Amino acid sequence: MAKVSITVNGKLRKADVEPRLLLVHFLREHLNLTGTHVGCDTSQCGACTVLVDGRSAKSCTVFTVQADGSEVTTIEGLAADDGQLHPLQVGFWEEHGLQCGYCTPGMILSAVELLNNNPSPTEQEIRHGLDGNFCRCTGYQHIVNAVQHAANRE
Amino acid sequence: MAVSPVLPKLVGQRVKRREDPRLIQGRATYVDDIKIVGMEHVAFARSDIAHGRIQSLDTSAAEAMEGVTAVFTGAQIAEFVGPVPIFTPFPSPDHRAVVVDTVRYVGEAVAVVVAIDRYIARDAADAIVVDYDVLPAVVDTERAMTGQPAQLHADFENNLAIALFPSGTGVSPDGQSVDDTAIDKAFADADVVVSQRMVNQRLAPSAMEPRGTVAHYEPGHGKMTIWSSTQAPHLLRGFIARMNDMGEDQVRAIAPEVGGGFGAKLQAYPEDYVVAGLSKKLGIALKWIEDRSEAFLATTHGRGIIGYIDIAATEAGKVLGIKLRLIADIGAYNMLFTAAIPTFTTLMANATYDIPAIRTTITEVFTNKTPTDAYRGAGRPEATYFVERGLDMLARRLDMDPADVRRRNFIQPDQFPYATQMGAVYDSGDYTAALDRALQNSGWETLKAERDQAQAEGRLVGLGLAMYVEVCGLGPSSALPTGGWEHSQVTIERDGRINATTGASPHGQGNETTFAQMLADQFGVPIDHVTIHHGDTAIAKQGIGTFGSRSQAVGGAALHLAGGKVKKKMAKFAASLIEAHEDDLVFEDGRISVQGVPDSGKSFAEVASYAYVPVMGGAVQLPDGLEPGLSEEAFFEPSNNTYPFGCHIALLEIDRDTGEPTLLRLVAVDDAGNLINPLIVEGQIHGGLAQGVGQAMIEEVRYNEDGQPLTGSFLDYAIPRATDLPRFELDSTVTPTPVNPLGAKGVGEAGTLGSTPCVVSAAVDALSQFGVTHIDMMLRPEKLWRIIQGGES
Repeated sequence: MAKVSITVNGKLRKADVEPRLLLVHFLREHLNLTGTHVGCDTSQCGACTVLVDGRSAKSCTVFTVQADGSEVTTIEGLAADDGQLHPLQVGFWEEHGLQCGYCTPGMILSAVELLNNNPSPTEQEIRHGLDGNFCRCTGYQHIVNAVQHAANRE
Repeated sequence: MAVSPVLPKLVGQRVKRREDPRLIQGRATYVDDIKIVGMEHVAFARSDIAHGRIQSLDTSAAEAMEGVTAVFTGAQIAEFVGPVPIFTPFPSPDHRAVVVDTVRYVGEAVAVVVAIDRYIARDAADAIVVDYDVLPAVVDTERAMTGQPAQLHADFENNLAIALFPSGTGVSPDGQSVDDTAIDKAFADADVVVSQRMVNQRLAPSAMEPRGTVAHYEPGHGKMTIWSSTQAPHLLRGFIARMNDMGEDQVRAIAPEVGGGFGAKLQAYPEDYVVAGLSKKLGIALKWIEDRSEAFLATTHGRGIIGYIDIAATEAGKVLGIKLRLIADIGAYNMLFTAAIPTFTTLMANATYDIPAIRTTITEVFTNKTPTDAYRGAGRPEATYFVERGLDMLARRLDMDPADVRRRNFIQPDQFPYATQMGAVYDSGDYTAALDRALQNSGWETLKAERDQAQAEGRLVGLGLAMYVEVCGLGPSSALPTGGWEHSQVTIERDGRINATTGASPHGQGNETTFAQMLADQFGVPIDHVTIHHGDTAIAKQGIGTFGSRSQAVGGAALHLAGGKVKKKMAKFAASLIEAHEDDLVFEDGRISVQGVPDSGKSFAEVASYAYVPVMGGAVQLPDGLEPGLSEEAFFEPSNNTYPFGCHIALLEIDRDTGEPTLLRLVAVDDAGNLINPLIVEGQIHGGLAQGVGQAMIEEVRYNEDGQPLTGSFLDYAIPRATDLPRFELDSTVTPTPVNPLGAKGVGEAGTLGSTPCVVSAAVDALSQFGVTHIDMMLRPEKLWRIIQGGES
């Protein structure tokens, strides 16, 4: 077992975990933050994307011990403390950027990083930026619209 | 009295979804998010060979692991889990939830582990050692029909699950008598016959949420609750009850938030039966969550069908007859609907055309692969693909514009209802209108000139066009083993809020929004006062499920009828309360009042309260003959299926040096009848187009000659990414259906129909200078590059 201290959504969490415990399972099983989803085992689909120290990471291929000492943001921590939705959450809602919703948390967090790096992306830059996140429902068009919506309002 | 603000009508508006707040904040509950005190975890050991007899199966190492509760072999499971049921009337081989002696595909379960933790369960499953007597794997579908290199099931000679099942012109309804006169004449009279073998390849449905099941049998109550990532909780309840010798009153099935289905989650699976059966046997709650690698092996695949099409036509492009011979690679076993899927392909062989003679046959073949079953479109995209690619070849042969060939053969608007050669009765349609709109939106004539110019410059640019018509809104019970109705209950609570249930169980379709739009309009109340419940058999008491583009056309219609019943009763209470005639009342702006006299009425909530506490002047006064309360239910069964249609056009360019195709434009005109929420409809079409393009360009489940899957993860199986797709150009025509009170036809699968053939036809168009007339999917760059290099098709 290994001791870890990880700040998750602004709260310091300490735990004793198996060295092989994946970060996504630490979040989901130990902290009950079930908004982060597992969609594949091979780091392709991006459903498990969270922010680790501000950078997007696929939490199904990060060991919890690798995140020791870092700051993790999950979908549950994205809205403001007063409940006001993040501009990307608003964008996804306004533009019908989701259907089944399973890929959505990871998609939104990847888009957070995308807009942090490039606040006014072109459509092709948005599509390229979300290439590591699969959606089987939307055909991506409304997702692109959602990111544009957020970019125009941030 | 203050005039209340006028509530806008919501049906037909782009209302943003009411589902989304929980989904965009990570607050939804999918099956893997469910935790029950004392719950343990299930993992399956699976066959790593395609075909063989189990010689020995050693579970000792697994059983010795700390944290392992129990390990079960197939024989032990068979003691309390019976054969896996199917839902079609065809003969089917014995299919055990866990293999007893012979494995027949890679991924078939051979043993089951129950452990206190998911990681331990997986470790223990991996520690099970199986020795096999390996048998030859049946991989090639057509070779399998000769019984080579092996036979899967003893009673199914030459691996034939269904052998030569004819339908169409000259075939009696029971298939027993076949008269060839008309079809023979069509081909004898033809100026030209186009013939092609086409492969509609196997696909992995790939909902982003893999499957999962939580079963909780409570011995003290003798009751089972099962949460499953399913499209059809009521069907699941029935099968779980039957498989566990329980009554449907003792099983509660819940579809929690479901992360996509695409047909594959319509199924009740072996894992569902095992997890439920083990929960009952052990008396504890159990969870099984499929991982993606398992999903590629153990979740049903789609398509997987070879079509031999012959089209007989005149020189002017009039189609005289079509022969379509289908050979379906159904994998190792029949699942619930497997055997029926190709019948949807033959049913739709008329496509959008007035064709005088059609003959089809179906042969279904067992192979050592994952079983197939419904996948978005389920048989209809295959029909569309074969016929539309065939017509494209005909147009090329006759040197006609592909649009003109279609136009020359369309069923005309005055021919509806139109009885096809295949036994369908198309409800309504205007195919010329959809074609013309798509031609106009794409700038067809200009595009053709630009394509010619580009090709003259040496660029490999191609244009493709496809029409489609789809059978949706399934459907009358005569057409479905599940029953073809849907159910709804609408309750006006005593505070005036509305609770409504639907048996349609959405998994991304947005019915919580569209159904609330409908009730808000029906009762003249704010949409925030309406809640739609679904997916729990204890709440939505009856239902069939969401598949076949039926939730709006059938489920929405049931909701509309239930709402109408309760509205009628509410009007009686209102009439009594405000001393007016019920026929004179209108429900508007949160009030019920005499038409034209808004001040005459009572608030909606006052009338609701009165229906439950009918006290007037201190005495209880129920209007004559009325029971208290406001809750009514309705079953709706349509008189017929619906037949939405449309036209899709693709512009594609192939890199001459690498063979890589790029889809430049996809123009779609879809007619789904009346639309409740155009925003949601657009989303449905986008998703369908993406999957249709995926099939054309990048998706294919592949096996090697030993039956080993080569596409076992998202590393090897490509679903479309954002960069693979252009911005779709959508438009619609509106031809309502007469078969339900909403005029809505259904739209969930439409996008997958036209997009696939039009993209392939565009690729053929781009490469026609190399002499190809057809290219089998997927459009792998290497395949296209070889054509460019050597004219090899």
